[in-house]
Amino acid sequence: MNTSVMPQTIISTRLAKNFRRNIMERMIEFALLCSAAFAVFVTCAIVYVLVSEAIPFFQHVSIYDFLTDTVWTPNYSIKHYGIMALISGTLTTTFIALIVAVPLGTITAIYLSEFASHKVRETAKPILELLVGVPTVVFGYFALMLVTPLLQKIYPDLPLFNMLGAGIVMGIMIVPYIASLAEDSMRAVPMAMREGAYAMGATRFQTAIRVITPAAISGIIAAYILAISRAVGETMIVAIAAGQQPTFTFNPIEGAATITSYIVSVALGDLEHGGIGYQSIFAAGLTLLIMTLLLNILGHMIRKKYRERY
Amino acid sequence: MVMHKNKHNETIKAEAKNLNFFYADGTQALKGVTLPIYENKITALIGPSGCGKSTFLRSFNRMHDLYPGNKYEGEIILYPDNTNILSKKVDPIEVRMRISMVFQKPNPFPKSIFENVAYGLRVRGESNKRVLDDKVEEALKGASLWNEVKDRLEDLAFNLSGGQQQRLCIARALATDPEIMLFDEPTSALDPIATMNIEELMSELKKKLSILIVTHNMQQAARISDYTAYMYLGELVEHDDTNKIFTNPSKKETEDYITGKFG
Amino acid sequence: MVKNKKQPAVIKDLESIRAMIRRHKRNDLIFAAVGMFVIASLTITLLVLFLDLILDGYPRFTLDFFTNYPSRKPEIAGILSAWVGSSLVLLVTFFVAVPLGIAAGVYLEEYAKKNWTSDIIEINVSNLAGVPSIIYGLLALGLFVYAFGLGQSILSAGLTLALLMLPIVIVSTREAIRAIPIHIREAAYAVGATKWQVVYDHVIQYSYGGILTGVIIGMARAIGETAPIITIGALTFIAFLPPTPVTVDPPFLNFEWLSSGFTVLPIQMFNWISRPQHAFHINAAATGAIIIILTALMNGAAIKLRYNIRKKIKW
Repeated sequence: MNTSVMPQTIISTRLAKNFRRNIMERMIEFALLCSAAFAVFVTCAIVYVLVSEAIPFFQHVSIYDFLTDTVWTPNYSIKHYGIMALISGTLTTTFIALIVAVPLGTITAIYLSEFASHKVRETAKPILELLVGVPTVVFGYFALMLVTPLLQKIYPDLPLFNMLGAGIVMGIMIVPYIASLAEDSMRAVPMAMREGAYAMGATRFQTAIRVITPAAISGIIAAYILAISRAVGETMIVAIAAGQQPTFTFNPIEGAATITSYIVSVALGDLEHGGIGYQSIFAAGLTLLIMTLLLNILGHMIRKKYRERY
Repeated sequence: MVMHKNKHNETIKAEAKNLNFFYADGTQALKGVTLPIYENKITALIGPSGCGKSTFLRSFNRMHDLYPGNKYEGEIILYPDNTNILSKKVDPIEVRMRISMVFQKPNPFPKSIFENVAYGLRVRGESNKRVLDDKVEEALKGASLWNEVKDRLEDLAFNLSGGQQQRLCIARALATDPEIMLFDEPTSALDPIATMNIEELMSELKKKLSILIVTHNMQQAARISDYTAYMYLGELVEHDDTNKIFTNPSKKETEDYITGKFG
Repeated sequence: MVKNKKQPAVIKDLESIRAMIRRHKRNDLIFAAVGMFVIASLTITLLVLFLDLILDGYPRFTLDFFTNYPSRKPEIAGILSAWVGSSLVLLVTFFVAVPLGIAAGVYLEEYAKKNWTSDIIEINVSNLAGVPSIIYGLLALGLFVYAFGLGQSILSAGLTLALLMLPIVIVSTREAIRAIPIHIREAAYAVGATKWQVVYDHVIQYSYGGILTGVIIGMARAIGETAPIITIGALTFIAFLPPTPVTVDPPFLNFEWLSSGFTVLPIQMFNWISRPQHAFHINAAATGAIIIILTALMNGAAIKLRYNIRKKIKW
């Protein structure tokens, strides 16, 4: 055997190699760790930037006024910074979007998960994915150029910039999110449950409504919540089609700015770095971040719960 | 250098001494196993599922180190240099370079046939094309696969049949001149002809190195091995000459298992 | 007598059961019809919208449109600066997000031990995927544009989109790695490979397809991303090109373009939508059609790629 007379020197060079190799391995692992930790850095940076720019803003405007005032007029001589004027627009467009997206998305999910043939599902899923990839600026174009004119034919007094058209298009945009997330959670329901229902003589519809939907309900609700978060943070559709005038209103046929479209409209203008206008978009952004963060945490908690059940 | 021999004047290549093994969840899979592996011999491990024979085998190239929380107690001494390969001071990679392994299911890499065999050499820093060519050819010949694949070394290994894939894995393990080869039920996923090929191959291989094999198939153990060890519930029940184990075992449990009364 | 009385009862029961089944089956049919109608009408609506967009923009599908700068006159305005800007921004995004994302994904799947550090990183990654894109714009405005002093440049925009794309690359890398069976890793370890050799020679090699899918989807998203780039203050009217990245003289590479001002396709489109004149809306439609076709082609390629991987690899 070649190793039966292994000279001492070979062993010692091997050990030296081990040492070099170990250092290399450690360095690589450290570099990879840094890349992964970069995600933590980004989160911290987001919070730091928003908070550090919002602090001087809140030295001018009290948090109480910020949260209770319903007028947002940063460009007028008497300046008001009541975020409610922006939140009302955000909530209204989000609500309209949900009215459209929740029924359509849920029906699509149930159909694809429980009714559709394998072939239909395999065709529909990629189409949904393609729709998720459509840039929102294009949806904004649809809202302003196609949907609003259509709505004006039904209701002639509708202004060109209105929350209704923007909300409807936003709803169409988030249907694929709801459909694909809800479908995932329905497919995760074990086959044995379906078999149990069918064995008792239930039809497809009964199985879908009485057995599968309740079993997957937390996943479906999580899908809704993540969709709300998506709608709240959506920017281009509302910036293009809902108008950019901050108005405290929940009337969908009016135009109003949302948190996101306010940020865009300020960013498009001349931005005085360090001015209160500049700081106000960070205060608005912080509000938006907190809203979406709460929604995302809620969504993830509900989703985790349903994952644990099976 | 002191040679460790048995009464038949056979050299001991490696020896497990009072080996205990604990998985991360705390279950003890090996209980005080002491077992010698003889040079140029085939030692077969038999026993019912879950008896710890695969766990024992995988201790020999420190496979358990890949999963955190696993713990060894006791020693596996590799001769002639008297290294305890379970020692914390010994790099598991060095152990794997001396002791190679063939798995239950053929697991070639999704690379070319050539690259599969050459991989162990590349890991050792060998990049000379001439050396690689020679070594790959030698290993494939050693695994009696050369004639079947010599014209398509660049083909994807997945395109080979199951038996060929397993022989490719043997060639891969062979290319690095290991001192011991471990076989973990190498034929359980193969048809009878492929199984026969691999058994013949092992009898050929033992001229150059020592073999430790786990097998479910008692006929296989009887056919190919020189020594057989019967394990049950993590303990070594009996270890002896294969002939003796299969004709005249000294323990009742062994006899029951071999005659099919149990297991 | 008793028998006779019972007999019709059973039959009647059976009949009522049959009637009930018919009713239930009708519900099945109704729902199937509703489901098909919803999916069909959604698909058709969107198809009509896209067709309309393409038809609206069709008159502007000329070579001039691609080689002209934006202009006050809609009929001679083009997207030269926009597509060049988009390409350069994406170049930065690609070279930042892809290595970083793959490295992070590899770390989380292959190296991270189950402890609080890896938990925090995981939570952060999934959290970043849910942060609205405009927030990334604010981060970039505060950090890249002002704190780092990069200005409203291609570099700032590229980095911003890289942050947006990062979670997509990380998630797809992890999924691709997870699909590689453990016995392939064991085989590599068994011949004496180190951890990094196992990762580099095997894990990364075999997950290429899956990673590529994620990269394409991420890039497609980056092409259409508008809000964060507006937020960092990109100009909407750019009638010049950044310095070329490749030069004829050594050292052949020039990095001045990184600090140049720029515009991108979706911002150009947004700018044209906001003009009152209808002629500009045609330009917007043409730009939108180009963006849609680009992203659809990329996403389609990614979906096809993933399908092929699923079909091909049987471990």
